[in-house]
Amino acid sequence: MNPQDSRPPDSGKPLSLLQRLSLAFGAFFGVLGDAALAARFDALRHGTVSAPAASPAPPPPPPPLKESSPDAALQLLALLQRDARLIDFVGEDLGAYDDAQIGAAARVVHEGCAKVLREHFSIVPVRSEAEGSRITLAAGFDAASVRLTGNVVGQAPFTGSLSHRGWRVTEVRLPRLAERHDTRVLTPAEVEL
Amino acid sequence: MSAPRYAIGIDLGTTHSALAYVDIAASADDAIFGGVLEVPQLSAPGTVEALPLLPSFLYLPHADELAPGELALPWSAEGRDVVGEMARSRGATTPIRLVSSAKSWLSHPGVDRRAAILPHDAPAEVARVSPLEVSQRYLQHLRRAWDHAHPDAPFAEQDLTVTIPASFDPAARELTVEAARAAGCGSLTLLEEPQSALYSWIQASGGAWRKQVRPGDILLVVDVGGGTSDFSLIAVLEREGSLELHRVAVGEHILLGGDNMDLALAYVIARKLAAAGTTLDAWQMRALTYACRSAKERLLGEGGEGRGAEPIVVPSRGSKLIKGSIRTELTRDEVTATLLDGFFPQVEAAARPLGRVRAGLAQLGLPYAQDAAVTRHLAAFLGRQLGAVAELEGFADKVEPGASLIHPTALLFNGGVFKSAAMAERTLAALNGWLAAEGAAPARLLAGADLDLAVARGAAYYGHVRRGKGVRIRGGTAFAYYIAVESTMPAVPGVEPAVQALCVAPFGMEEGSAADVPELVLGLVVGEPVSFRFFASSVRRQDVVGSLLDAWAGDELQELDAISATLPPEGRRPGDVVPVRLHARVTEAGTLEIEALPLAGSERWKVEYDVRGDRQESAETT
Repeated sequence: MNPQDSRPPDSGKPLSLLQRLSLAFGAFFGVLGDAALAARFDALRHGTVSAPAASPAPPPPPPPLKESSPDAALQLLALLQRDARLIDFVGEDLGAYDDAQIGAAARVVHEGCAKVLREHFSIVPVRSEAEGSRITLAAGFDAASVRLTGNVVGQAPFTGSLSHRGWRVTEVRLPRLAERHDTRVLTPAEVEL
Repeated sequence: MSAPRYAIGIDLGTTHSALAYVDIAASADDAIFGGVLEVPQLSAPGTVEALPLLPSFLYLPHADELAPGELALPWSAEGRDVVGEMARSRGATTPIRLVSSAKSWLSHPGVDRRAAILPHDAPAEVARVSPLEVSQRYLQHLRRAWDHAHPDAPFAEQDLTVTIPASFDPAARELTVEAARAAGCGSLTLLEEPQSALYSWIQASGGAWRKQVRPGDILLVVDVGGGTSDFSLIAVLEREGSLELHRVAVGEHILLGGDNMDLALAYVIARKLAAAGTTLDAWQMRALTYACRSAKERLLGEGGEGRGAEPIVVPSRGSKLIKGSIRTELTRDEVTATLLDGFFPQVEAAARPLGRVRAGLAQLGLPYAQDAAVTRHLAAFLGRQLGAVAELEGFADKVEPGASLIHPTALLFNGGVFKSAAMAERTLAALNGWLAAEGAAPARLLAGADLDLAVARGAAYYGHVRRGKGVRIRGGTAFAYYIAVESTMPAVPGVEPAVQALCVAPFGMEEGSAADVPELVLGLVVGEPVSFRFFASSVRRQDVVGSLLDAWAGDELQELDAISATLPPEGRRPGDVVPVRLHARVTEAGTLEIEALPLAGSERWKVEYDVRGDRQESAETT
């Protein structure tokens, strides 16, 4: 299982692996740090934004949105730094190194990320069918866990080809934190005496 | 106290501890309901994770080292020290405050195990702890974790089994019980780890084990853990139509385990890097050891046969990960030369370890095995135990004349080392080579062992079978015990009086049984400690209580910590000599208790094991 696999972009010029890596991490931190960007990204992901101009009807009152506590996100970041050195890795300029050097560090990051995911989450595919197989979605299917793409017309049942199985977390096992633990310190500075 | 609901098994390991349990009421003979407790522990400051293994490490932080409240656990708001994962990871960067291998110290005859001596190499300002106290801290942590998870079934009221190496001597066994009592464990039973591994295998087979073994089998358990190697032989008998298991022999205490192997690999890689001009500091060395362990498991594990090398990356210590990381590789040849040929060489059956184990050079304070070859230690064990089943019912024809070692018919592995399938194969191949050379059938592998958690699971299962719910391994004590008495030969000036060994507890004493030594009357001096040299033999099965040995082969008897008795002066005048006889008893817990009984009166005085690490060499007889 490798939840970090990403699908090729639907449109535009295909990006190289390094470009995608850079974009993915940029997006990760951008979304984490910037609520407005996160909202736009969310909308983009769910296909609810096509163009900024298309808003003819007066907007309904905004639905109540829940604010998630940053603690869990910071905790996950701390784990990814501790076990996978993720923040160190992303913080470096890839241009200064050759692929062999980057590859060596990527092993540390990959092994560590896999450990964090394995130990703290149970991740299973949303659909158990093989990718590429044809599946039929009955009326009332869960639109949050299955996204329709392409020629989306007509009525359910919908039949189409499974292009990505999806990932679903069935269990989260994040460490518990001490009352006064400062989650903003992702990794403390180290001073050797 | 109500009847216990759970049988709890604790594997108090050298490098990891674990707790497993069986729900007694819900379980039947072959259908066992239970599990492994996820133990909440600090994994970083202020961060508590529940993990199935509790690393057996204790970290003693500096007063300024951690922010207030960072050591909180689910059951205590503020701790002083750290047990488990964080202790291990912190200790890697600050080893002077880390206590590790406490179990090896607890059984180290050269040190005072009740004295605050750990961490061994800590500077004076670190408040040290005793090996006994450290074991107590691990057990206490497990007890609290259990009580936190099961508030309705208090730990102290459950049926508890704690495992120990089969080679633990009576003093180390008693210290383990003492640590458990001090940790608030209530009553407990000790179980030898190789037996526990076999119990786990039996449980996991769900009844099918009866088809996999047959009467006349001799099962060899090879248990190589993080810090120790432990061997046992278990014979299979048939009585009244049902199978019986008898543990007939255990090996010596060998401080040699998986950690030594990972370290050996790391040094190979470090030398390779040094040759290329890169030297590693202590922090990088530890990271390298860790990387070597996973690379080794990939190369030697299932499916690794086709790989020629595994990349090794030593991450930078600073924040420049790409710039500072060191990349190298671990090749198959290096693993084969270092691990397989170094630790599991193909040796002849007549091979013996170089250097005696007990008298081994004290390196870092612990008496590590001088010979790293597990197969040589195994050959020595099988050779020494040639006659282990000679007197067992139904085995008379199994001992082939001219054999140089006992012939096991089946092999069970235990311990994380054997996750590397190649090491298991090597061991089996070595054994079968010895058997083939003597015309014996090859031993078969008992498959399906759970290498990490078998000991804890087996211990919990044992608590269940002790209630009559399944097969029990019998065997009693795996040693006969002796005290030294001075010979009655005429004294020769300038020559130390010859010493005779008097058997006070024979081989195979079952729990709850006792043995009196009426032939020997000792004079104890009121108010003064009297000490006796104490010996054990893992091969002299024929001696009975009172047997007096004038001579014995060099390695038949091993000297243990001395034992001593002090008579309280109550009702007597200090200096008086009171005639007593000795009485040995194996307690229900599984410890050997020796008492001194005065010839007149009904008092009993406990004879204590000297665990101070200074062997006194006086024996007194009248």
